[in-house]
Formats: sequence, structure tokens, C-alpha cells
Amino acid sequence: MLEIFNQIFTSANVLFMLKGLRMTVIIALCATILSTIFGTLLALIRTYATGKWKWVAAIVAVYTEFFRCTPNLLWILWIYFTIKGDKIFVSVFAITLFTSAVMSEIFRGGLNSIPKGQFEGAQSQGFNFAQTLWYIVLPQMYKKVIPALLSQVITIIKDTSFLKMVDVAEFMRNSSVVMGSIYDVRGMLMLFAFEALCYFVICFTISCVVRGYQKTLVTA
Amino acid sequence: MIKGLLDIKRWNALLDAFPEYYVPGFLMTLKISIVGLLTALCLGIVFGLLSTAKFKPFQIISRIYVEFIQNTPLALQVMCYYSVLPMLFSSSGFRIPKFILGVIGVGVYHGAYISEVIRTGIEAIPKGQSEAASSQGFSYIQTMRYIILPQTVKIIMPPLANQALNLVKNTSILAMVAGMDLMYFTDSWGADRGYFAQAYFTSAVLYFIICFPLARLARYLEIRSMRLPVAKKLDLAEEEGVC
Repeated sequence: MLEIFNQIFTSANVLFMLKGLRMTVIIALCATILSTIFGTLLALIRTYATGKWKWVAAIVAVYTEFFRCTPNLLWILWIYFTIKGDKIFVSVFAITLFTSAVMSEIFRGGLNSIPKGQFEGAQSQGFNFAQTLWYIVLPQMYKKVIPALLSQVITIIKDTSFLKMVDVAEFMRNSSVVMGSIYDVRGMLMLFAFEALCYFVICFTISCVVRGYQKTLVTA
Repeated sequence: MIKGLLDIKRWNALLDAFPEYYVPGFLMTLKISIVGLLTALCLGIVFGLLSTAKFKPFQIISRIYVEFIQNTPLALQVMCYYSVLPMLFSSSGFRIPKFILGVIGVGVYHGAYISEVIRTGIEAIPKGQSEAASSQGFSYIQTMRYIILPQTVKIIMPPLANQALNLVKNTSILAMVAGMDLMYFTDSWGADRGYFAQAYFTSAVLYFIICFPLARLARYLEIRSMRLPVAKKLDLAEEEGVC
């Protein structure tokens, strides 16, 4: 047993896999930041574009619905095979494209929960529309959606494992490379357990933060 | 990304390949989704009830299942079943049917999410109700069957529909282990001919056909559950209004 363990978890292998883990975290972080920005824009357009700008809101609605109803893996593969460029850049782009649709739905829920009186109050104090959004509406909205947002971050981290299919050197793919040299069931189980543990530690930490935050909201 | 999307020749090639690639793939995805959803519902109800049970070890078992499954990627789980399960049964080249693999994969994964949905649904019902029920001589099963679960259904329907939507999307992960589903056939036809825009566009539309009704259902249920119950108007009130 110990022999198999030593055979798999050599320092070279572990280092190789941890490099993959770093790539996973970097990709997830970039995708989170970009899709938060893009998702906020989409949500703002869909909620506040009225009158003669209504058609923009309609386009955004179609975009969100279409992306929410198709798998992320499909977009990763489609974009990977048709856009030539840096692999990592392309995969961040694909995940962002998909996730911002989901994020915009989360933000829209947050925006809808902000009472209309806030706008009227801001206007009476001489704020213009952009100032109202920036200083009054968005801060409240972000505070409300933090739990849902962090849950989505967990999903993003888990979704980066799809990138194994397009051979980006992230955690799942690097571990599979190591897996290729193992023919023993016990060894495979050990490696799977190690992979699961790494993902678990990251994701579980985030979900504990979510739960702690929700508790403070309830008691406050 | 959409280069040559309007090329007639390529669309004809896709039409020729449609019965051979897309129809079996679409049916496979549909079958896995339906059976997987049923499996997930069964697991979800069992573990959801366990997590609200009074007996502590049951709660712990359910907690471990939920946390472990929710915090590891489905792709990892499916890879694990794919490579480890056959070896446990026999060593001589036995392969699990892809359909079973898919059902186990999405079933176990979404079972954990559904279990959480059911737990929150049950916990939303005030505790006094089960106390009142037991004071009236209802057993645990009767309390659940007649009092708690009927009220829970209304709360959990919108998130359940969302889970069904995610489940259909997640069946695409089977493509990672050559799962004979829609995504796998799309991938193999696209790579065969190099007509990626057509291949993936068609696949996206097919997924959309399954998922969009589910998304609308989820939205409808959400709006309905937010609406407060309205009392029926009495004739008396109307008459007063007329006067």
C-alpha cells in the first residue's frame, strides 16, 4: 500500500498537479471577475432599458435565456475549435460568456428587490441616474447577492474541470496525465481521493463563508 | 466562431448526418435525463428526510453525502465511476454501459442538491405543526405524508425545476468518457468534418429545446409561489361595493 502511495505521490508528480491547481484557481478567478462585470452590465440593461432602448433589453434577454439553456461544455468546445488563440485566454472567454448569463440573472434578482423609493429619494437629492446606480443601488445589490454569487464561484471552479477536454493544463488534466501511468485500482482510488480532496478543500471553504455570511444576515 | 454558418453545402452534410449522429444522441440525452432525474429524486427524498431526522447519525450521513458530492466536480465523479467501477466487478475488460454510467453520475450528483432543496423545504414548515400532529397521535410517517410534505411541495417546486434544468445540461459531461450522448456525437461529427459552427449550433438548439420549457416552468413556479394566497371574495362584499 505504502509502496503504491510512494510511487504515485513523488515530488515531481505532486508539483506537476499543484501547478495544475494553480492554473485552475487563476482561470476561475479571471472568469469570476470578468463575468461579474459583464453580468452586472447585462442585468442593468435588462432591468432599466425602457422606452426606445427596449430592443437592447430584448437582445439581452435572448442572450441570457439561450446561454442558460445550453451546457457550458458545449460553449467551451465550440469556442475552442473555432477561435484560434491562446488556449487559456480562449477558455476564460468561453467560461465568462456562459457564466455572465447566469450571473446576470442573479444580479437581476438583486436589483428587483431594491425598493423604488431609493431612486426617488436619490433623485430628490440631486443624484443623476448613473450616480444613483453607482452610489446607492449597486452597493446594496451586491451585498444582497453575495451568497448566490459565491455559490456561482463554486460552480465556476467545478466547471474548470471541463477544460480537460480541450487540454488546458489545469488540475483535472494534469492529474489525468499522472493517472495514465497507474494500472492498479488502489492507486487510482488514491489519486481520485487526492483530486477530490483538493477540490473539496477549496469549494467547502467558500461554502462555509456563504453559510457564515447568511447567518450574520439573519442575526443582524 | 460562426464562420461559414450560412454555407448551404455544410448544412446539407449536417442533414445527411442528422439521423445517424444527432437523433441517437438526442434520445440518449433525453433517456439519461429522465431516468437520472428519477434517481436523483429518490436519493434526494431519502437523504433529505434523513437530514431532518432526530437520530443524529442519520443527519451526519446525509451531511457527508451532500457536502462531499456538492463540493467536487461532476466530471471527476464520472471519471472515477468510469475507471474504478469496472475494476471492482471484474478485471477482464468489462465496461459499464454508458447509459448506466450517466444515470449514476447525474443521479448521485443532483441527488445531493435535491436533498438540500427538500431539507430546506421541510425546515421551512414551523416545528409546531409536527408537534401538534404527534399530539394528535400521528406517527412520523403519517405526519410526513399528510401534513409536512404536502406543504413542502409548494416551496420546493421552483428549485426542483431548476435542478432538472441543470441535470439536463450536466448530462453533456458524459462526452468526456465517450458517453454516446448528444455532446459526444456533436463532438465526433464536428471533428470528423471540421464543420464546427454547424455541429455545435445544431447541438445548442437541441439542448435549448429540452431546457427552455424547464426554464419557463421554473420561472412560472417561482412567480406562483411568491403570490400570497388570496381569500375568495364573498358576495356580501361585492354588494357593499355596488352600494
